[in-house]
Parts: sequence; C-alpha cells; structure tokens
Amino acid sequence: MSRVRHPLFPRPSLRFIPVWRRNLRVWRKLMLPSLLGNFGEPVLYLLAFGYGFGRLVGELDGMSYMVFIASGIICSSAMFTASFEGMYSAYTRMAEQNTWLAMLGTPLTLDDIVFAEAVWAATKGLVSAAAILVVASVLGLVADARALLALPVVFLAAFTFGSLALVVTSVARSYDFFLYYFTLAVTPMLLLSGVFFPLQEMPDWIQWLALSLPLAHVVEIVRPLMTGTWPTQVALHLAVIFIYGAVALVAATTLIHRRLIR
Amino acid sequence: MLLPAQARDHYRAMRNDLADAPDFPDPTMNMHAEPVPSAQDTGVSRSAGTAPAIAMTGLRKIYSGVPVVDGIDLSIPPGEFFGLLGPNGAGKTTTLRMLLGLTPIDAGSVRVLGMSIPEHEREIRARLGVVPQFDTLDPDFSVEENLLTYASYFGQSGPALKQRIDDLLDLANLEARRHARINTLSGGMKRRLTLARALINRPEVVILDEPTTGLDPQARHHLWRQLRRLRERGVTLVLTTHYMEEAEELCDRIAIIDAGRIIACDSPQALIAAHVEPWVISLNAVSARRFIADPSMLPARMLEIADTWLIYTADPAAVRAELESAGLPHSTRAANLEDVFLKLTGHDLRE
Repeated sequence: MSRVRHPLFPRPSLRFIPVWRRNLRVWRKLMLPSLLGNFGEPVLYLLAFGYGFGRLVGELDGMSYMVFIASGIICSSAMFTASFEGMYSAYTRMAEQNTWLAMLGTPLTLDDIVFAEAVWAATKGLVSAAAILVVASVLGLVADARALLALPVVFLAAFTFGSLALVVTSVARSYDFFLYYFTLAVTPMLLLSGVFFPLQEMPDWIQWLALSLPLAHVVEIVRPLMTGTWPTQVALHLAVIFIYGAVALVAATTLIHRRLIR
Repeated sequence: MLLPAQARDHYRAMRNDLADAPDFPDPTMNMHAEPVPSAQDTGVSRSAGTAPAIAMTGLRKIYSGVPVVDGIDLSIPPGEFFGLLGPNGAGKTTTLRMLLGLTPIDAGSVRVLGMSIPEHEREIRARLGVVPQFDTLDPDFSVEENLLTYASYFGQSGPALKQRIDDLLDLANLEARRHARINTLSGGMKRRLTLARALINRPEVVILDEPTTGLDPQARHHLWRQLRRLRERGVTLVLTTHYMEEAEELCDRIAIIDAGRIIACDSPQALIAAHVEPWVISLNAVSARRFIADPSMLPARMLEIADTWLIYTADPAAVRAELESAGLPHSTRAANLEDVFLKLTGHDLRE
C-alpha cells in the first residue's frame, strides 16, 4: 500500500555545504563558550592526569604517561565533541527549533541535511582535537610533524561518532535520552579503548570487545603518529572506523527520514 | 478582481517591483545533475494558463488504518489564490505536506508546476515558497542573517542577493529591524519575516499554512495586503486558514475539506449562493426558546451554536416581522462563508 520512497542509501548533494555553513555561522557567535567546553575540559584532564597521575605511573609503553594520555585525549575529545554535536545540537535543530523543517521548504533534502550534520560534527571534533594538539606540542608532547597526519584520521573518526550520535538523535524523544548513550556506550568505550591505560594489559576478551568498537582503532593510529613512529595495520583500523561511520550514516538518514517524512 | 493581463501590467507598473530586481545565478548545484529550472523563465507560460500549477488526483493518506486524506482531486490554475478550509483534523495540513514532499503519498498523485512528487521534490521546492504553520525562523540569527542563510539553501549569494534582501525587508516593513534578534520580534514581525523568507527565491507558487493564526487585526491586514500583491503579480497561492472572513476576502476559489474529502469547491460567492439562504438572523437562546415554542412561526432553517440561534432565510422581512411582533431582540446580516462552513461541516466541536 504505502510506497517505499526512501532509497536505502542516502544521496546527499553538494547542497549540504550551505547547511554546514549555517552551523558554522551559529558557532562563530557562540565560539568562546563552545571552545571552552570542547577544548578547555580535555586540556584540564590532560594536565591533571598527566602531571598528577603521571608521577605515579612513570613510563608506559616506553613513553611518558603525559605523552601517552595526550594522544588518547585527542581521540576522546574528538569523540565527545562530535557526539555532543550530533545529539544535543542536532536534536535542538530537529525537534526544538524546527531548523530542519524550514530547510525542507527549500531544495534541500534530508539526505543533504543529515550528511551536513555529520560533516559538521566531524568539523567540531577536528577543531577540538587540533586545539589539543597545539597545546600538546607547546608542552613538548609531540614527537614530530607526523602528528599532523593524525588530524585527517580524527576527522574521519569524528564523522563516525557524529553519525552514531545522529542515530541516537533519530530515536530520541527528549534530551534525557542521550544519557543512555553516553553511559552505556560512550563512557565504556572511553575506558576500554586505551585512552587512559594500555589496552594490552587487559584480559583477551576485553581487548576483543574494545577492538570491536571504533575508538580503540582511532587510538591505535593516532598514538604512534604523536610519538614519532608509524602505526601498523592502518588499513584495518581505518576500515573499522569507516564502516561504523557509513553504516551509522545510512541508519541515521533512514531513521530521521522515517521520523520527519510521515 | 483584476484579470491576469491587467494584473501583469499593474504589477510591472509598481515601484520597487521585485521582478525587476536582477536575476540570481542558476541555483543548480546538485551532484546528481538534476537540472533545477530557473524561476524567471516562467512568466510567459504562467499567463498562458494551460497546465495547472498544482494538480492532485485521487490523493490519499492513511495513518494506522484511518484515512486522513481520502481521495482528493484538485486542479489549481496558475495565478489563482486558492483556499483550503476545514475543521481541525480535516486533512488540510497533510494535503499541504504531500504537496511539498513532506508526507509520503499512499495513493494518487501530485503534480506541481508540471512535475511529480516525490521524484522531483528538489526541483519543485526550488520554485516554491513555504510559510509553515509554526515559527521556523532561526533564533540564533538576526533578521538579515535569517534571509541570507535561507537564500543560501537555494544556492543564492552575492550582490544580487543583497539587493533582494533589501527589497524583501522593505516589503515586510522590517528595515529598521535588520539586525534585530528573532526573539525580540513581535508575532506579526515574525510572520512578515517568514513570508519575506518564503519569497527569497521568487517562487511561482506560495504555500501558506494558517499564516495569520495568532496575529492581531493590524498585523493580519498587513499580511493580507502582501498576499494580494503577490496575487496581482500572478503568483499562485494556496492557503489554509480557520478565519472564514480571511478566506472570503482573499481567495478566488475555496475547497472545504472534511474527513479528508473535498465536500465543496467554488468561489466564495458561489459557495454562499449554492449552500445557504442569503440572510441570517441571529437571536439569543432565551429569545429563541420563546420563538420556537410558538409553532405558528414561519418555516426557516435554524441552527444553534453555543448560546446563539441562527435563522437562515430568503425572506428576512417576514421573519423579522414575527420576531418584532413577539418583542424579541435580534440582528440581521448577509450570509457569509462561515455559514456555509457550519452547514457543510456541522457545528460539533472538533478536537
């Protein structure tokens, strides 16, 4: 009876760029508090854990704990920033401000809009990671220019985390719903993925669990790049991150379509 | 009412004419190479009046077994100001949403500007203006930034857009508020801005979902003037409203919808002539009870709404004579669209 209209794969057009620029324009107005949240907090963690905890730990995997945690926090802050953007901010635009509804009165489609939101979340994740990279290099925690290669990896990772967050947004009925995802997914992933302590010390099954989630793969690429070595199995790590992102984008687009086009 | 040709001349003669402003670059920027027809090459075909601007055939929408839109056939010629009236839940908004590709069509078809939904929703929306029922302005932006941002979704930018925004702010009487935040605007200003925003792409068809709900009379009249000007320019307008005098005032033709079906469709005058007696005498409930208690009264159609009784008649003098001889206070007016609406959709509360 009902005609299935929406194709399985989203077909975003270049019209996603004005949507991305719209978000950038809003962000520029609120840049200071936003930067403080996305960048100030991780830097505090870096300093507190690095100096405080680092004295107790000494060296880990042949590097100072400060260096170890700096590379981890770059990844985790990209994850948090992109997740926040894909949930609280995107939900506001979808459900509170009807921003997307207004966009649907123009040649934009939801494919464009959802893709733009994922790219925007990736952009914010990249900005916060880059800011931490700057602090880390000022503190002498970065080995060489190889660390810059971490940024495109972080951008892809933030795209993935933003898309995953948009899936959560697509089924959210209120802001409270996001706590489930943070508590049940983001925080466990943060603790398991080698951000604060090496994954290799963990029992096998935890390592397997961690490696089945995207964040550990991001850390596996970014940490060597920060410490002046080359990561191994890059294609595998990137593939895991990419597949999570692609599947999440398809799911988010489909679910948001189902929610709004009815 | 101006004829289309006169309307066009009138339109050209107007100062500050938006159609005289420089054209925008082609808004096509689609990866999938679907050409988006530019809005300005349609002035001729519009006056030719052959193909309808909007055509719906057998349109249906069913939500969990309940038909909300239940077989709507409608053809709206270019340049017409068309009104959709109906009680809450009659299917007006759903019909408009299907027109925009925001609600999937369960059966039937919709063609807008000769293109079908949903295959061509992108191209159609490039040539449409939308004034939604609820405020969708961007609260983080100023008045001007709202227009700039919305224009960017159509692929517009540059000096031509600046000129366009100046013209639209002038039209909406919002020049002084150019840099104001949205939350400092009154309801009327927000509506004017929403209409201005809907016109940014020089739409050939403008869809308005209850545009004057919640406005004070001054703001409503200002909006009406804007809509009449669009009508004079040959823009096709589709409006839903709960205000009968608004529909009567503005619309060339009106469809009354109930339970997802069109139950009447004609010009306001024709609807009144066809469905109700020309005169309405109203009296209060106390008077009415005495009036009805007397079986010798003239045969006339009567309707009770809340505490008021309405007597519909072609011969008001006779009824008035009866009422006056009984000493009952009353008032007489010409029948209007509201009377048609109440007759056709009943007078029970809809929730």
